[in-house]
Amino acid sequence: MHIAREWRVRRQRYRLVGEVCDQCGRTLFPPRDTCPHCTEPAQTVQTLSGRGEVFSFSTMYDAPEGFEEYVPYTVALIELEEGPMVTAQLTDVRPEEVRIGMPVEMVTRKLRDEGPEGQILYGYKFRPRVRES
Amino acid sequence: MREVAVIGIGQTPVGEHWERSLRHLAHDAVKAALQDAGVERPDALYVGNMLSGELTGQEHLGALIADFVGLRGIEAVKIEAACGSGAAAFRIGYMAVAGGLHDVVVVVGVEKMTDSPSEVITSALAMAADQEYEAGQGISFVALNALLMRRYMHEFDIPHDAFSGFAINAHRNAAGNPNAMFQRPVTLEAYRQAPMIADPISLLDSSPICDGAAAVVLAPTDSEIARQARQRHGIARVIASAVATDSVAIHDRRDPLFLEAVALSSYKAYEQAQVQPSDIHLFELHDAFSITAVLSLEAAGFARRGKGTLLAMDGEISIEGRIPVSTMGGLKARGHPVGATGIYQIVEVVQQLTGRAGPNQVQHAGIGMAQNVGGSGATVITHILEAAD
Repeated sequence: MHIAREWRVRRQRYRLVGEVCDQCGRTLFPPRDTCPHCTEPAQTVQTLSGRGEVFSFSTMYDAPEGFEEYVPYTVALIELEEGPMVTAQLTDVRPEEVRIGMPVEMVTRKLRDEGPEGQILYGYKFRPRVRES
Repeated sequence: MREVAVIGIGQTPVGEHWERSLRHLAHDAVKAALQDAGVERPDALYVGNMLSGELTGQEHLGALIADFVGLRGIEAVKIEAACGSGAAAFRIGYMAVAGGLHDVVVVVGVEKMTDSPSEVITSALAMAADQEYEAGQGISFVALNALLMRRYMHEFDIPHDAFSGFAINAHRNAAGNPNAMFQRPVTLEAYRQAPMIADPISLLDSSPICDGAAAVVLAPTDSEIARQARQRHGIARVIASAVATDSVAIHDRRDPLFLEAVALSSYKAYEQAQVQPSDIHLFELHDAFSITAVLSLEAAGFARRGKGTLLAMDGEISIEGRIPVSTMGGLKARGHPVGATGIYQIVEVVQQLTGRAGPNQVQHAGIGMAQNVGGSGATVITHILEAAD
């Protein structure tokens, strides 16, 4: 059980809350204490749109512990509209339909549960875009 | 700083060692290296290992292994830097001898992976990635590299077959290495038919799960013990040692297809050794996946961007080629017992530089480079060694 560890990142997992660097103006996800681009400390909290494009993807046939039941599943690097990249599973799409450049949007889905008596973890996945901006 | 040499080497065969535990594997490699160096009691022992806590339930390897090999009392600690743990431990040993803190140091890399079920190993290896934002999404370490490979194929219009030369070269070389896990060649047909692990990475694009241990003994080049070892079987001087880091998460990279830490660490090492890539006679690179080999060759200055696969297709990476890589089988075919790999690479460079590489000997090998990578390019450790004749 890692309740505190999961709870701390709930704003990122549920709402894609990132930051904008006050100094260089770049958008950061996940949030950091120091901007990796200009190394300035303070940033302004910003919720990201959740829209982006597939930068790369892979369908996995061997899963880590806790994810075995979902095999095969497709994971991707998503380039978000605001600039940063995020690593996430794709959902509501067949592996053979995925392509680089495909427009996608964030949805909240179950990530996994920690056994029969453990907590259920929810978080972001991305699906082919159906909503207009 | 004092000049440091590798004066003794030892290794176990890489494979599935059901009958030997982690401490026994380390024991065999350390004992072999001490004997090769003509040393009874070194001043310190440094252990490179990544997964013993997770897979064996055993940490505190410094004291455990020191005691088990009959060195109770000496300084000993474990060093961890994911798959770069072996070279990280070597660098600590190098710094201790170069800085004059110790005169004789033994460094061992050891990993015991095959006792655990595959999903447990997959989870453990994913600890080399960002736990909160990569591994937590259910992505495996193989899949992270598959994301790089897919994008590389897309951006540079490279077909999957173009990567086959790396597996074919590694397996051909492993056939001449009695310590390699897969001592048999593979064909292009086998490469094409290999099952996918994480699309587009197939079984023949990927290094295996395995066990093993390798060890080296370090001493000042001008010491009496080094002089004796030099007369017996030759030694290799360490002429560069450099480490660089990058973001752990691939999505945080400025350019995911350029391994910045490989470039930083390689060029720092070239500067220290006063050499250029064209002066290197063999390159033990980190071919955990064929895409890693390609990106490393490009960032280390052996190929232009987008052209790394051409080296394998044109035969330039073979034993007789312009820049031989994976000369004893590499991670792909010798095997990749993660925390031990960095030391296997150094041992093999020393074998080449002292004329002890058997049928895989690179002719006139005078300068060799070993590069060990932790994570998907997050920690990169480069060593350049030169034959002391």
